[in-house]
Amino acid sequence: MTTITPSRPTVPPARAGFAHLLHAEWTKFRTVRGWVIAAGIAVLVTVLLGLFQGSHSQVAPCTTGPNGRACRYVIPTGPGGESVTDTFYFVHRPLAGDGTMTVRVTSLTEVAESSQTLQGRPVSTKPAVVPWSKAGLIITAGAGQGSAYAAVLVTGGHGTRMQWNYTGDTTGLAGRVSAASPRWLRLARAGDVITGYDSADGTSWTKIGTVTLPGLAPTVQAGLFATSPGYLQRTSQQVTSASGTAAATDTTATFDRVGLRGGWPGSSWTGTWVNGGPDSPYVTGHEAGYRQASGAFTVTGSGDIAPDVTDGVPIDVLLAGLFLALIAVLVVGAQFMTAEYRRGLIRATLAASPRRGRTLAAKAIVLGAVTFAAGLAGTAAAVLIGTPLLRASGNPVYPATALTEVRAIAGTAALVAVFAVLALAVGAILRHGAGAVTVVITAVILPYLLTAAIPVLPAGAADWVLRVTPAAGFAIRQVIPAYPQVAASYTPSNGYFPLAPWAGFAVSCAWAALALALAAYLLRRRDA
Amino acid sequence: MRESLHAEWTKLRTLASNFWLLLAAAALTVAVSAATAAAVRCPSGGCADDPAKISLTGIYLGQAVVAVLAVLAVSGEYGTGMIRVTLTAMPRRVTVLAAKAAVLTGLVLVTGAIAAFASLLAGGFILPGHGIGPSHGYPAISAGDGPVLRAAFGSVLYLALIALLSLGAATALREAAAAIGAVLGLLYVLPIIAVFSGNATISRHLEQIAPMTAGLAIQATTRLNTLPISPWAGLGVLAAWAAGALLLGGLLLRVRDA
Repeated sequence: MTTITPSRPTVPPARAGFAHLLHAEWTKFRTVRGWVIAAGIAVLVTVLLGLFQGSHSQVAPCTTGPNGRACRYVIPTGPGGESVTDTFYFVHRPLAGDGTMTVRVTSLTEVAESSQTLQGRPVSTKPAVVPWSKAGLIITAGAGQGSAYAAVLVTGGHGTRMQWNYTGDTTGLAGRVSAASPRWLRLARAGDVITGYDSADGTSWTKIGTVTLPGLAPTVQAGLFATSPGYLQRTSQQVTSASGTAAATDTTATFDRVGLRGGWPGSSWTGTWVNGGPDSPYVTGHEAGYRQASGAFTVTGSGDIAPDVTDGVPIDVLLAGLFLALIAVLVVGAQFMTAEYRRGLIRATLAASPRRGRTLAAKAIVLGAVTFAAGLAGTAAAVLIGTPLLRASGNPVYPATALTEVRAIAGTAALVAVFAVLALAVGAILRHGAGAVTVVITAVILPYLLTAAIPVLPAGAADWVLRVTPAAGFAIRQVIPAYPQVAASYTPSNGYFPLAPWAGFAVSCAWAALALALAAYLLRRRDA
Repeated sequence: MRESLHAEWTKLRTLASNFWLLLAAAALTVAVSAATAAAVRCPSGGCADDPAKISLTGIYLGQAVVAVLAVLAVSGEYGTGMIRVTLTAMPRRVTVLAAKAAVLTGLVLVTGAIAAFASLLAGGFILPGHGIGPSHGYPAISAGDGPVLRAAFGSVLYLALIALLSLGAATALREAAAAIGAVLGLLYVLPIIAVFSGNATISRHLEQIAPMTAGLAIQATTRLNTLPISPWAGLGVLAAWAAGALLLGGLLLRVRDA
């Protein structure tokens, strides 16, 4: 008797390497012509819409002031590269070397313009409360817009504060200044280091903060200032979106007991409306100036010394094509899984690689990599080509740091990949192409549509929707940050998301991870 | 045509998923409408909001389910190969499409009417307690009010037109996932592009031609002068989109192999 040895394959097929799995999934992706075309379309629409937005946007860089049009095509930037507003009335004298300046503020009152002539000239004013009107002491490196500075100041509604270089902000004493409750302010310079103090009585002083202004010139300008931003006057109270018009305001502060120590070479004070005047686009401006009588100063000013969030076109408008691209990507992502079920290919796939979780992981990696690459090609081209077009068509571009630009471009591409993986996972859960596509589009795009594009949801509800739904990730595109020390309408419809860019992105990732985990669980448990 | 109608009715009626989709469309519409009405607050009065429009917010989500129903009515047949049986039994292809459209329209009209009625009922019940009611100077949500009737009736027609648009798109594209992607992209993404456009003229034109923003102008009952397009003209734009999609779908159905 001879025993017959059955022929066995030399390589056991049970554990194919993960690299092989990736290769198999990549082969599946690239050989379906429709999917490759869809990925190409996604890149194309992102780029084309970026070019269209760049060449067709018309954001008026000009505003009409009392003396006609004032335009700013270039937005001034502060020491940190951020866009700034830098307009205030300044009563100053030179400070050579080290020195200290002390003053008492006894009143701060604001008026808002209540009507204008046809030429935009203010004809009447009314008392107002402007929470971020400011007056106090300032040391500034130069007269140019966006110069480095440090200031200690009283505000209309946020107490005493120390602010520096536009974005820096620390709180001091609370409460509003009045004759009965005056505020003492002190600013001391020692080399590059400036320290701010405040006091309620002029004897017991509290340090608010210490800041370093690197490379501060030996002689700088220092003195009293007053400024008041336009404030949001709610014209029609609307539940779904805050709408209002910004009225120009000015503030008048009364200072006395001015005390100077150290190197003050000048003999008199000079009044300057820094970057202001009738042609300033910020304020219609009237009565800015100062009076000096028996040791007391009355300073009236209008404008702001703060980061600017209202001027300029942020580069994220160039990424509008993202939403069209997402439709193509979500359809492909869902079909990458559901097509296997429709054709019965899933049985071959799972027979070839029985560890189902690994198959799903390989699919997610291949899809994520392909859609990230497509997304990056689209967003990078849209922004890099669109930005010069935007400038060429006369739009002031909001200055963003390189890091912010990279985050908006690469983050958006990563978001496309995350949503594609979410679609894949939902496809594996539902095993039905049309169902998966509908679920993912309504989960990703509809929340954004209803909160940001056509704000039909009330503001509070909109914030919650953009915190908990997968659409939270669109925050990764936000270029202009929201500053607590600048009053503006920070709503989704104005481009401000309730979560920070990476936090919102993390919410989207969490949804994708959750769906993927559920998909892996169901894929293992269910028959294919 | 009678036989075609009967055949399509039988096909739609005997598929359990269709019943659930219709139920989901109505339930989601009412749920989102009621949730929106519950989230709106205007304690001090003077809010420039539109009670009927708030009460019908759920249509934004309900239309997606209606679109799925309509897409699957055609793409489902392509997915299973049923379409070859259908076209063998009824060789007049345009008649098949017309029968599908008629049956689908009927079903969506009934479902939409229930959803819109229940949504307005919920809105009329919730909104006055949140400062948006007749005691604050808002028009009451009542069947006797002309603009409210237009919003309610128009929303039902809107859903039916969305179903026809989806049916046409599915007939042209055949693949279910691609068809639903195309329809939802058309509905949801065009308004986003319109808002992003930094050019007011382009933005307004996009809102006038986008099927959703134009079609849903019918829901407005106050401040009609702020709309990009007048209510009935807007619904007309959507009807043109639906007619175009059906025409394209019918043409392709005639000339292509199934």
